[in-house]
Amino acid sequence: MDRIPILRMGKLLLVTIQVDMHDRLAMTLQDDLTERIVKEQAKGVLIDISALDVVDSFIGRMINNTAAMARVLDASTVVVGMQPAVAITLVELGLTLTGVKTALNIEKGIALLGKRVP
Amino acid sequence: MELEAIPRQFKIREGNMNKSDNASDINMVINKYQTEILEDWLQNLKEQSTRIDTFSDEYLRKQCAMFLKSLANATFNNQTADIYGHAWDEVRNLLTEISQARAKQGYTPSETALFIFSLKQSLFSKLQTHFAQDAALLVTNIWTLSALLDKLGLFTIEVFQKSRDQIIMRQQQELLELSTPVVKLWKNILALPLIGTLDSERTQIVMESLLQKIVDTGAAIAIIDITGVPTVDTLVAQHLLKTIAAARLMGADCIISGIRPQIAQTIVHLGVNLEDVITKATLADAFVIALERTGSSITNQQQD
Repeated sequence: MDRIPILRMGKLLLVTIQVDMHDRLAMTLQDDLTERIVKEQAKGVLIDISALDVVDSFIGRMINNTAAMARVLDASTVVVGMQPAVAITLVELGLTLTGVKTALNIEKGIALLGKRVP
Repeated sequence: MELEAIPRQFKIREGNMNKSDNASDINMVINKYQTEILEDWLQNLKEQSTRIDTFSDEYLRKQCAMFLKSLANATFNNQTADIYGHAWDEVRNLLTEISQARAKQGYTPSETALFIFSLKQSLFSKLQTHFAQDAALLVTNIWTLSALLDKLGLFTIEVFQKSRDQIIMRQQQELLELSTPVVKLWKNILALPLIGTLDSERTQIVMESLLQKIVDTGAAIAIIDITGVPTVDTLVAQHLLKTIAAARLMGADCIISGIRPQIAQTIVHLGVNLEDVITKATLADAFVIALERTGSSITNQQQD
């Protein structure tokens, strides 16, 4: 079964979404991620969506929910690598992802989390 | 009018069939009096034209002569009913060229159509001389010619309008491209000086160019300067907020600068919520904040 890999980088977890999201994949990802956060005692999560060209309201909401779950478990989430077209689409959909931090690329995302996660 | 018109048309065709191997009456008249018609037409054109910056006489004469010639060719087979037919290709091309040239020169539609309509008088007077004996034939021919020239005149206006529209569209496009520069002010700092009203189409372009520039330069802060925006209503504010939200999704913060006192009042009166956005009165203030955020600072070397 398809899974989205979760990589560990020190105290951070890296999730790279490269395939089309659908309901079950999103559910599995949220299950896996929450479990890993608890297991690794991660303080930060990077969600890399640079490979996504197309988004819909479902993915937008999924990202928001995942970030909220991570926050409950005391890990801050940064969404990195969003494409310009994706950003415009999300804004037009009214999903501005308030409450989720964003960064241009992984490097900047790590720097942003590094301030909070020593 | 229509009912009356149909028998006349029939009559023309009958008359034409009688002398089947001959050219149409109109063609004959044009060929016979070509030089006179041309002189008379040019005279009319000059009298009725009010413009100073007209085309040169020589150029106009050449155009008119060419048009008369192609008109004679087109009317040869008496196919005057459909000016979009094959026989009229040459005439239409010539008219298109003339109309487009006039549209570019800033002529009015009526001045452009005058080119065709001023031909009526000259042609009618010649028809009159030619058919002085046969009143019925004169009337039918004048009617055909009148209908024909009206159609050609309308065609001229149509082409004129089309080329005008094209000019306007091109200018609009140029304006859009001109008006949305994204400038790199400093390392990791972009500035977006907005000039003119923000409508949704422009917002889209502004957003796209800003986001692309963020990707290209890796900027962390973008300063949106609205000094050149004449009014800020709820729609403009909404467009601004959209742009800011999109930039934030790309990991860049936005500062709005150049807010004039009246605009500050309007924003508050309209109840627009700009609390989540850093706002500054001038671009200089915004720049200082942006430098601070990116870890740079400016020091004045000269002591006062």
